[in-house]
Amino acid sequence: MTGPGQDEAFVVFDHVQKSYDGQTLVVKDLNLTIGKGEFLTMLGPSGSGKTTCLMMLAGFETATHGDILLGGRPINNIPPHKRGIGMVFQNYALFPHMSVGENLSFPLEVRGMSKSEREGRIGRALDMVQMGRFANRRPAQLSGGQQQRIALARALVFDPELVLMDEPLGALDKQLREHMQFEIKHLHEQLGITVVYVTHDQGEALTMSDRIAVFNDGRIQQLATPSQLYEAPENSFVASFIGENNALSGTVERREGERAAVRLATGELIDAVAVDAVREGAPTTVSIRPERIEFKSELLPGGAETIEAEVLEVIYMGDILRTRMRVAGNEDFVMKCRNTLGQTRLEPGQKIRIGWHPQDARALDPV
Amino acid sequence: MAQALDPHAAIATTASGVETDDGPLRTADGMPLARALARSQTQARRRAFLLVLPLLAFVMITFVVPIGQMLQRSFYNDGFSANMPQVSEWFAATEPGTEPGEDGWAALAADLQASAEARTIGVVGTRINYDVPGTRSLFTSTGRKVRDGIEPPYREALLEIDEEWGDPVLWGAMRQASTPLTTNFYLASVDRTRAPDGSIEQVDPRQRVYVMLFMRTFWLSALITGLTFLLGFPIAHLLATLPTRKSNLLMILVLLPFWTSLLVRTTSWMVLLQQQGVINDILVWLGVIGNGGRLQMIYNQAGTIIAMTHILLPFMILPLYSVMRTINPSYVRAARSLGATSWTAFRRVYFPQTLPGLGAGALLVFILAVGYYITPALVGGSSGQLISNMIAMHMTDTLNWSMAAALAAILLGSVLLLYWIYDRLVGIDNLKLG
Repeated sequence: MTGPGQDEAFVVFDHVQKSYDGQTLVVKDLNLTIGKGEFLTMLGPSGSGKTTCLMMLAGFETATHGDILLGGRPINNIPPHKRGIGMVFQNYALFPHMSVGENLSFPLEVRGMSKSEREGRIGRALDMVQMGRFANRRPAQLSGGQQQRIALARALVFDPELVLMDEPLGALDKQLREHMQFEIKHLHEQLGITVVYVTHDQGEALTMSDRIAVFNDGRIQQLATPSQLYEAPENSFVASFIGENNALSGTVERREGERAAVRLATGELIDAVAVDAVREGAPTTVSIRPERIEFKSELLPGGAETIEAEVLEVIYMGDILRTRMRVAGNEDFVMKCRNTLGQTRLEPGQKIRIGWHPQDARALDPV
Repeated sequence: MAQALDPHAAIATTASGVETDDGPLRTADGMPLARALARSQTQARRRAFLLVLPLLAFVMITFVVPIGQMLQRSFYNDGFSANMPQVSEWFAATEPGTEPGEDGWAALAADLQASAEARTIGVVGTRINYDVPGTRSLFTSTGRKVRDGIEPPYREALLEIDEEWGDPVLWGAMRQASTPLTTNFYLASVDRTRAPDGSIEQVDPRQRVYVMLFMRTFWLSALITGLTFLLGFPIAHLLATLPTRKSNLLMILVLLPFWTSLLVRTTSWMVLLQQQGVINDILVWLGVIGNGGRLQMIYNQAGTIIAMTHILLPFMILPLYSVMRTINPSYVRAARSLGATSWTAFRRVYFPQTLPGLGAGALLVFILAVGYYITPALVGGSSGQLISNMIAMHMTDTLNWSMAAALAAILLGSVLLLYWIYDRLVGIDNLKLG
């Protein structure tokens, strides 16, 4: 699913800046357009400004500069309760003194709905998250996953067009988290709502999103679909933040269109795909994904270049063998091999030649 | 064998308590597991008990025993019965309301003489004085005269010493005092008394003070609790939401009254509130009131209310604060995002979650206020006196400890009753003191 109707701008951040203390900017000149029905994830390390953006959209923080538009309307001066945005909080924020049913009834009561209409909606919302039997329970009597579902149902029960989620799965264990990722994804597809999702878990972001905005230092580093983000990172931060990454530093010797020849610190010359910012003669960092590296000559793709490597450590991880090597002076160069029946077992100290397709090496900004 | 194969037989054997191979679990050396467990824990339990023993002894000696003794005085007073055995016996043998015959007078005279010799006549007089004011001197002066002997006929002899000995009210009082167990002090605590024939009646309207004082105590305590809530809630909220550094400063201001001597605090209220005091001076200077119309803000109920609200405020703020600090701000945010105005979010989401703290604070303030003594005594004047001041008066001035004990017991009982009602309505588990 690739962003339905992305041409229709539903949420717009227009040159938004935010400062808490008047001295430093937490969000620096944010421009972001979110299409109707899109699932957009704001991904980034803590302190990168992603939660602040979400809070500004929800109305709990005000933008220091710039406009936020919802459905074409500036919402800077609209209080949170009039924005009609559903929100799921990190700690769920289920009201502990109310039953599950009362929690779901709350947004409908403040909208002045009749009792019968409320009951119908609550029933449908609870059925949607398979929690129909729990209407009379207290939140404290539910497990983490069940509370998560109720929080979801409560954010959806009043039919908002936009739902914000602030690290909603952070408190769940791994298995449940993966399960809930699919459920949220399915709900999104089923209801056609727009979702803005904040997380620091890149796996979560890759699984669920139509597009991901990678935040760092108050800026969006890259805004792209999950596959673009993983396979074609635009800068070193994105390359290292999303997935595992090998970085080799060097200097651009030649540049011809997309391609660049990079002289590594130890003298080897390798071919790479260069991003726009990289100029001839400038220092660069070449990024290669560990699973794109091969060491058997028959498996190397045509046109691949090889480079010498010394095996330092082999870590057995079950499904894969993770081999740490010294390559061009970098001792943290990692290769991932599938643990198949015929796989060659490497030994520490062994000297091998490894290689990759030039398309898989990307020359990015220097670290 | 046949028996073992029959499942019903097997159940019957187990149920009748006969131990089979899979009977109670045993340790490796054959001791039942339950007994082994109890034995292994005994030492730890004994050590734990020894640790709390000093406190237990301290509480027993300084709290439980004295209070028990004090409460006993409210229904047990043998000041008369122990020192006047013969006349007490005569009272026991005759019907209430009986005219005393010569035997009664003789017993009285003999007891008076014996009691005067043993120098306990003052105690006897004090006891009767509780019920019939002004009779203590009758006993002591008669005692002085009969110490060296009294001749029959005793009735005439005693009446000659003092006419009052013929008063049926006095005899009624003596009859009631002739048994150590009495409800008279409780009756007096609710402005009731016993007529000479034993029936219960209200005291003279001019002497009815205690019921009014109880009512005033509870009413003022409730009012002060309400005021501390109104004043304390916003402060507690501020404390819980401000950044740590600022809230610590504010916390010191809240706790300052705690660290100041009660007398200093009360005296400063006197300085501020009296007719020639700071507030009145400022109001006159501003022209809000004329010099002749200075407000009476102290030595009356207003003084008691103002000073006690100030003193008890921290007891409301601290439990509220400790509860509010644990309320995650995301609850109110969630309510707002769900469409609630800030008032609705406060009323329906924030406030209900502060109830455990509010309950604890209200209970604490109310119970403290009900028994407050020093402040009303100093700034309350006559209209600001509470029941505790009456108890103190009976302890120190009239020396009627039984009366003080009865009043205190009623106070204690009503506080326990309130506590019970609170438990039924709110549940004591929901109380959060800090």
